Amino acid sequence: MQATSHITEAERLMTICNSCRYCEGLCAVFPAMEMRRAFSSGDLNYLANLCHGCGACYVDCQFAPPHEFDVNVPKVLAQVRNDSYRSYAWPAFLQPMFDRNGLAIALVTALSIAAFILGFALWHEPGVLFAETGNFYRVMPHTTMVTIFGAAALFALFALTMGYRAFWKDIGASGRSANDAPSLWQAMKDAGSLRYLDGGGVGCYNENERPTDNRRIYHHLTFYGFLLCFAATTSGTLLHYFMDMPAPYAWYQLPKLLGTAGGIGLAIGPIGLLKAKFARDPDLVDTSRLGMDTAFTVMLFLTGVSGLLLMLLRVTPAMGLLLALHLGFVFALFLTLPYSKFVHGLYRFGALVHYAMERRFGI
Amino acid sequence: MREGDQARERKEVDVLVVGGGNAALCAAIAARWEGASVMVLEKAPKFYRGGNTRHTRNMRCAHDEATDFLTGPYTEDEFWEDLSRVTQGHTDEALAKHMIAESKAMLGWITRQGVRFQPSLGGTLSLGRTNSFFLGGGRAMLNALYLTAEKLGVEIHYEAPVTDFDLVGGHCRSATARIFDQEVVVEAKSYVVAAGGFEANIDWLKEYWGEPADNFLIRGTPYNRGDILRLLLDKGVQPVGDPTQCHAVAIDARAPKFDGGIITRLDCVVFGIVVNKNAERFYDEGEDFWPKRYAIWGRLVAAQPDQIAYIIFDARSIEMFMPSLYPPIQAESIGELAQKLELSPEALSDTVNGFNASVHEGTFDHTVFDDCHTEGLTPPKSHWARRIEAPPFYAYPVRPGITFTYLGTRIDRHSRMQMAKGGGAENLFAAGEIMAGNVLGQGYAAGVGMTIGSVFGRIAGEEAARHAGH
Repeated sequence: MQATSHITEAERLMTICNSCRYCEGLCAVFPAMEMRRAFSSGDLNYLANLCHGCGACYVDCQFAPPHEFDVNVPKVLAQVRNDSYRSYAWPAFLQPMFDRNGLAIALVTALSIAAFILGFALWHEPGVLFAETGNFYRVMPHTTMVTIFGAAALFALFALTMGYRAFWKDIGASGRSANDAPSLWQAMKDAGSLRYLDGGGVGCYNENERPTDNRRIYHHLTFYGFLLCFAATTSGTLLHYFMDMPAPYAWYQLPKLLGTAGGIGLAIGPIGLLKAKFARDPDLVDTSRLGMDTAFTVMLFLTGVSGLLLMLLRVTPAMGLLLALHLGFVFALFLTLPYSKFVHGLYRFGALVHYAMERRFGI
Repeated sequence: MREGDQARERKEVDVLVVGGGNAALCAAIAARWEGASVMVLEKAPKFYRGGNTRHTRNMRCAHDEATDFLTGPYTEDEFWEDLSRVTQGHTDEALAKHMIAESKAMLGWITRQGVRFQPSLGGTLSLGRTNSFFLGGGRAMLNALYLTAEKLGVEIHYEAPVTDFDLVGGHCRSATARIFDQEVVVEAKSYVVAAGGFEANIDWLKEYWGEPADNFLIRGTPYNRGDILRLLLDKGVQPVGDPTQCHAVAIDARAPKFDGGIITRLDCVVFGIVVNKNAERFYDEGEDFWPKRYAIWGRLVAAQPDQIAYIIFDARSIEMFMPSLYPPIQAESIGELAQKLELSPEALSDTVNGFNASVHEGTFDHTVFDDCHTEGLTPPKSHWARRIEAPPFYAYPVRPGITFTYLGTRIDRHSRMQMAKGGGAENLFAAGEIMAGNVLGQGYAAGVGMTIGSVFGRIAGEEAARHAGH
């Protein structure tokens, strides 16, 4: 099986790297590797998820191809990492979602949008789709919206938790409580700053041996854009239920401010990431997983852009369809979180927590 | 202009640098900073650029105080003491002290050229005070120098061997090179030669070592053939260093013929015994600490039949040293181990039993000269002797691994080559391994090769630019 051969290759590479160690100052992967002499598949999944794919160790390696030792750590760890997403996915019968992930996500999204359009039309009369109301809840009652999205979010949360548990067990950390506060804080700082995507200080490597920091900037735009949008929705829910202030909100109110900023981040960040991804030296990339990488990034982009458009065109006849589109994207995004590239953040964070704990308490 | 020259392309440049490693790039960058136009001709393809620099990891520079990456001061005097000890006096004292004095400014200079450092690597704590480690290793260091050279406008060609120098007296008029498979005559005002030694030239090694050299493994690239060194010596440049000597360590016999690098080294000799193909021991494995003895084992193994030996130890030692590329050969009994190694089981059992019977086991501690030793055994094992009795038993086959050669071109304190007939060459300078024999006539201390390369590279580059009128 493909996954097994990736693990075998990763084990070969880590044996080579562990007898060299020149890269230990570049990131967290190599110091974590040095704490071990042999590498189980769990160890390799841990190291693979700890790797941010900056590419520095490839450019710096005296044994990289065309050398006969053929050492390509970023690519092989990307392959192992991507295999690991599938193996942790819960429930198991949905694991094949990762096999043709781009197609799967596109299908779920198309169905989701269709369902919202149909739903709007069936529950009301079709005319509601094109009515110039400026009021979302005329198209879809608030409680219905909350119920549907709450259910999708709860399912995603549960599935992600199950995946995380599988990951935590696999990397050999299950004997260890995951809530050591200093380690969590360290991991949050490391993840939040993408500390290990900096090529050891000069920036990550993309299309050639000249380092740039662009991927880090675009990822920050995307990640913090996503968080801001999430905060916008949460603040809206709070305002609705606790302050009796239902949508729509004025531009200066919290949900709008957060949502606008987040939407802009999600409109720019993913484009930069995709551009970098397709310009990247294919030697550094798990090219068989471009579909998964692209699908999640595109979903974030579409969520952000449709949200911004919805805000701008709310009081036009386009609102109904735009709302169906936006809700369709968001619903599909939430539903597929456990089966998309989204999980890279979850497992990478877990790996960073584990690394912080290993640094504090030993392996 | 001679007959036939019309067909060849001609290029003019202030400074031509021959070679593409640390010394060559330091020379190119230094000359460019002085305002000279510079061309670098590297024989190897781009991936293999830089010769032995690719496999280095640190350099030894004198410094007055601790830094972010160095744990304490390392004075010029102490550096000199270390150098004169490892070379046992086989060094040009004035030149060596000049290099040590210049090494002080080198950390700052090379950092400004984009090279980055880090604290000493795991397992190398003993070097944490004296040696500065390159972040990402030697290839990362080289990448940084190349990026800087390119930014400064240095013209760099790969797969571009220099095949001849038009050298009359001490004056070089031009160099002939193959660039893009075309013969090109480069007319430079000055020439810096930083083209390494001849360790990858088995035929040349055979001149001194005979047939056994066929069984040597070369730790660096196959491009270190010494072609430029031979050209220069043939054309009247004065040699320096013992031509018969090379730095040889015992490395895993399963390593590739060339370029196995650091990961084929084995640090476990002191934990076991070493036998030859007749299953006989031949040297005191516990004579001194490994960092002080590893460099003699290449020569010791080279003197054994078929240039092969086997390090043998048991389960108690398996996790006491740095892991290496190839797993040890493993067996449940000494007889089985001998079979796997294709040694005589009886002979190996006799050797191990004889060793075990003579071991006087005290308190084992590999960090000090402990009291575990043999009694009445020839050769003895003076320290760290423990019976080999706990299965599984392990073995690593080893062969001589050649790191570098000592023969080079004599230079003065301006890195100017000296002529065999006396006097300095007018416009020929040397840096790096090709002139290392001036300061390193024998032995080695970690990181000194890079010091020689950077310091004399910078001097050669600046002097070459000065000679070119800058």
